[in-house]
Amino acid sequence: MSRFKTAEGKNLYGLMAEFDSPDKLVAACYSARDAGFRRLGAYTPYPIEAVWEAIDHHRSKLPLIVLAGGLIGAIGGFMLQYWTSVEVYPMNIGGRPFNSWVAFIVPAFETTILCASFAAVLGMFALNKLPHPYHPAFNVERFAEASRDRYFLLITTKDPDFDPVRAREVLERTHPVEINEVEE
Amino acid sequence: MADLSPDGRMGKPPVLAPGHTPATVTDHISAIVLRQTPRWWWVAFGISFLVMQLLLVGIAYLVFEGVGIWGVNNPVGWGFAIINFVWWIGIGHAGTLISAILLLLRQEWRTSINRFAEAMTLFAVACAGVFPLIHVGRPWLAYWLLPYPNTMGLWPNFRSPLIWDVFAVSTYATVSALFWYVGLIPDLATLRDRSRRRWKKIVYGFASMGWRGHAAHWHNYEVAYLLLAGLATPLVVSVHTVVSFDFAVGQIAGWHATIFPPYFVAGAVFAGFAMVLTLAIPLREAFGLKDFITLRHIQNMAKIMLTTGLIVGYGYLVEIFLAFYSGNQYEEFMILNRIQGPYKIHWWALLLCNVLAPQLIWVRRVRNSPWLVFLVAMFVNVGMWLERFVIVVTSLSRDFLPSSWGTYSGTRWDWAIYVGTIGLFLSLLFLFVRFLPMISIFEMRTILPEAKDVHKKTGKAQG
Repeated sequence: MSRFKTAEGKNLYGLMAEFDSPDKLVAACYSARDAGFRRLGAYTPYPIEAVWEAIDHHRSKLPLIVLAGGLIGAIGGFMLQYWTSVEVYPMNIGGRPFNSWVAFIVPAFETTILCASFAAVLGMFALNKLPHPYHPAFNVERFAEASRDRYFLLITTKDPDFDPVRAREVLERTHPVEINEVEE
Repeated sequence: MADLSPDGRMGKPPVLAPGHTPATVTDHISAIVLRQTPRWWWVAFGISFLVMQLLLVGIAYLVFEGVGIWGVNNPVGWGFAIINFVWWIGIGHAGTLISAILLLLRQEWRTSINRFAEAMTLFAVACAGVFPLIHVGRPWLAYWLLPYPNTMGLWPNFRSPLIWDVFAVSTYATVSALFWYVGLIPDLATLRDRSRRRWKKIVYGFASMGWRGHAAHWHNYEVAYLLLAGLATPLVVSVHTVVSFDFAVGQIAGWHATIFPPYFVAGAVFAGFAMVLTLAIPLREAFGLKDFITLRHIQNMAKIMLTTGLIVGYGYLVEIFLAFYSGNQYEEFMILNRIQGPYKIHWWALLLCNVLAPQLIWVRRVRNSPWLVFLVAMFVNVGMWLERFVIVVTSLSRDFLPSSWGTYSGTRWDWAIYVGTIGLFLSLLFLFVRFLPMISIFEMRTILPEAKDVHKKTGKAQG
């Protein structure tokens, strides 16, 4: 339920400007922030560090998640081997100690990598809130070009200071190709 | 070569042909997937699919009859199954090397070959995985290899390299698949946006997880991708190391050697690059991808193949040297047996394929001719299979006691299953090039001048 309506009377999610170069998008991001907008969406066909810096950058939490995954894999993998080989199923193999920790390093290494990799992928999905099959941005027909060669800036109505007239003014000053209303 | 650098002498050919923009790159690569299926694809896929039936029939008969249909017996208990397993898993290594290690080393040219090299890794590991499973004799009990609570109260012996192999290979397959899928997500979004048919939009949209290219998403994405590369790098080295432990931990002369892990890893990369070249050269012709997979890629890969080939050649020398240096009569005999024993043809052929043939890469004219490089790569493909044959069979066939010597050769079923896995590999590959972008579209966009400029400008603004 939005406070604002589109020209056709539908609920408004935000205003989206289309740009034909990454530099224009970066400049527009700064203009929108200077105008006081905070809930911005910047969409690019490939990763551009400058855009991320322009909208709202904080360090990714992903490395910590991956570290946690790796530690769980390392400790879990070793403990599995220790528990089975020493506690529940001790076998004398050529007189080697039950806790053959040197030999256990190899599977423990593999479980470390396995759990850290899952943490990296699932952590990335979680931080990006994927899978996310529906998003209002997809209602804009031109948005299909965001995965080709166009750059988009979205100012959402979730912004506490959102005002459709002022948002349009700000976006118009940034030399966009076109500006579209985004239906919710 | 005529296509890109007119005389082949002045400087290096470019990584990407000039004149491309994000739009042309996107349209060119996605069109391969979205256009109508070319007729030759049906022919190629059909042949591969028929060849794959050899594998299916072979496995069906194997399950029905038992491993007696193979040539393995005492004293050679490891035959084609292990040779093919090591050969396939080695081939897979180049994909991970290109996608992970060359990424960390900032080798920009990897961008246009990493996607299908990773796909090749997955399919090669799939082919490799078939063999240990059917080699256990009762494949329906293969899950006993895994540690799981069971009513028998049994657990695997974690001191055995064979169990290490289970962990290494299954981790490798899983992580390669994750890495490949993560790399595909933005390109699946491109296909979703570019396809006109509704069902295609739904399928690609579902697979792309609703990727929108938000700047915050890209940020987490790049961190994830880099971390995966960092994790895959030690993993790929560990996999063939563990495979070599299957041999090196044994006491058989010719297996019990400390050089095995590095020698196996170099051999794996050598075989893998040969296979990437074997696939890349015809694919760039068939799909008109010479703008993206240029002579530069072929030259670079050929050079890596030559380098790793030299390491493998050094490995052969050290094996011979150590046999005599050890003063151990069994080791000495093992080498002499390889050179002049019943499998001498295999040994000499492997030297021709793996040591002599790659030396042609030193010649600039060979490096500049894709089809000559292709020819060398074919030699290496054969040579690396022979290498595994020589390692597995010569040592087992004549061990410590002459009274227990024997000979080995593959039966028609051995060959059927081996050739069948080549059919499986090619079938998977043809499905891949038909339904997924074989070149990473979003990464290609990042190496365009347009993308590089924006990085430079903001660098100044920041400073």
